[in-house]
Amino acid sequence: MVTGWGPVQRLLRLWLPIGAFLVFALFPFYWMAITSLKPNAELYNRHIMPLIVRNPTLKHYIDLLTQTSFLVWTWNTMLVAVVSTAISLVLGIMLAYPLARMRFAGSSLMAMTVAAVYLVPQPLLFIPLADVINRLHLGNTLTSVILTYPTMLVPFCAWLLLGYFKTVPKELEEAARIDGASRLQTMRRIFLPLCTPGFISAGIFAFTLSQNEFLYALIFLTKTSVRTVPVGVIAELIRGDVFYWGQLMAAALLGSIPVAIIYSFFVEHYVAGLTSGSVKA
Amino acid sequence: MAIRAEPFLAAARRPRRPASLAAWLDREAVFSWLMMALPLLFLAAFVGYPFFYGILLSLENRPVAQPGTFIGLRNFVTDFHDPIFWRVAINTFVYTGVATVLKMVGGLAMAVAMNQQFAAKNLVRALLLLPFIVPTVLSTVAWMWILDPAFSVFNWFLIALGMMPPGPSWLGDPVLAMASIIFINTWRGLPFYGITLLAGLQTVPPELHEAATIDGAGGWQRFRYVTLPLLKPIILIVTLFSVIFTFADFQLVYVLTHGGPQNATNLFATYAFDMAMGAGQLGLGASIALAMLPALALLIVALTLYLRRR
Repeated sequence: MVTGWGPVQRLLRLWLPIGAFLVFALFPFYWMAITSLKPNAELYNRHIMPLIVRNPTLKHYIDLLTQTSFLVWTWNTMLVAVVSTAISLVLGIMLAYPLARMRFAGSSLMAMTVAAVYLVPQPLLFIPLADVINRLHLGNTLTSVILTYPTMLVPFCAWLLLGYFKTVPKELEEAARIDGASRLQTMRRIFLPLCTPGFISAGIFAFTLSQNEFLYALIFLTKTSVRTVPVGVIAELIRGDVFYWGQLMAAALLGSIPVAIIYSFFVEHYVAGLTSGSVKA
Repeated sequence: MAIRAEPFLAAARRPRRPASLAAWLDREAVFSWLMMALPLLFLAAFVGYPFFYGILLSLENRPVAQPGTFIGLRNFVTDFHDPIFWRVAINTFVYTGVATVLKMVGGLAMAVAMNQQFAAKNLVRALLLLPFIVPTVLSTVAWMWILDPAFSVFNWFLIALGMMPPGPSWLGDPVLAMASIIFINTWRGLPFYGITLLAGLQTVPPELHEAATIDGAGGWQRFRYVTLPLLKPIILIVTLFSVIFTFADFQLVYVLTHGGPQNATNLFATYAFDMAMGAGQLGLGASIALAMLPALALLIVALTLYLRRR
């Protein structure tokens, strides 16, 4: 827009603020990484400059993977995230398609209900839900979280997909209807294959939210063998007042990597999903 | 023309009595409700039922693993006379208010800085979003170490700059602890504002800026009188979203301070958790969680109506 800036102005207006935001955003990750690589002698020495590693070691990673149940937690987290994302996408589509395409009494009320349910935060529901899970005898099973994560993911996926579905042109479906396809056939064979980008956006979001979930997992999963990474790290790697900071930082970094990888592959879809709720919708 | 044909076909397909099951299933309302039945049942069972059950629980004296007895509004009376409850209420409003202002101002600054042409823009945007996508618990553990009483990296710098050791106890002092959780919440939430507002900024037509420039508007005036009014709807939506989830925040505080020191950072969600899961008073815990409802309901209704209007 504005052209003809000198290098000094460009430095002041562009790279200085961008650089500051980058340092602000990324410093904790840098700190995680170098802490996890420091031997304890360096980690707990207050007299040396802490921003660099002098004698990097993988000891904390090896201890984390061999002496704790971190790998079990990682497997549990992945399993729960994939299954609850899949369930939520399917149920979300079943909600969003009629709301986006069909005209029937109550449809706009339903759409508002879905949005409102999406906005109900977990702390409002966790106490009664804990009792429900107890009565169903689902405590300490992965089923408990696979059943409860979709309570936030289904309305979320439905809401995101509802916005996406409305941007898909109707002509193909109309043509299919004229050719005699039923509504179900039209939806499955004609419409859904057009919506892959929307599914990817919703899927990544749901996956990230599942990986991030903590409250339900904390309450429902109290045995090592069924814990997810966030709960395992907080409940088992923080032992009383003794902190194993090298191991904790290794766990924090490794636990973040699956989300970061998925995210880096689909960052455009993620941003599209992030901004669609407010910019388009 | 497919579009023209649709009403006629719809009329032709709608006999007074459905000719067959297939035709009945193809009616818009029937198809819709059948398709939505499963997800709606699921939400009714796992959101609707717990919601109303929570209201019932809040009216009961209900120690964990024992049957409850109905006590009317007595849990709420207990809350009303509980000084910690009021401390928690003030904390929650301070936390939400200050963090929201910081995220809004910082996010706007981030969006404006990012709305320029430069190399590796997509990479920078992806990196800036990282705090928002990484699991909160894990990044909070990193912050816990950054703010460690003995080995804080901030304190190392303060001491290197001449401050007396050991430097401030970030999570041990009530005011600093509140400032810390606000700072970390801002760290995590800022990219959500920044990237969403950036998407909004990119929809502002450059012609408007050119016209304002011709009319003699400076940089600040263009921002204040052109950009900001056009961004207002997006700012409102993003803020409402973020306020709802900040107000009901649990993870960050539970991990970092557990509400301490002396309840200085205790929020509604963490206090309700302590009462229900720690002290085993499900009824009292439910009443504390429900104390969030009036403010939350107001926000949720406002946002839902606003989203519909668009």
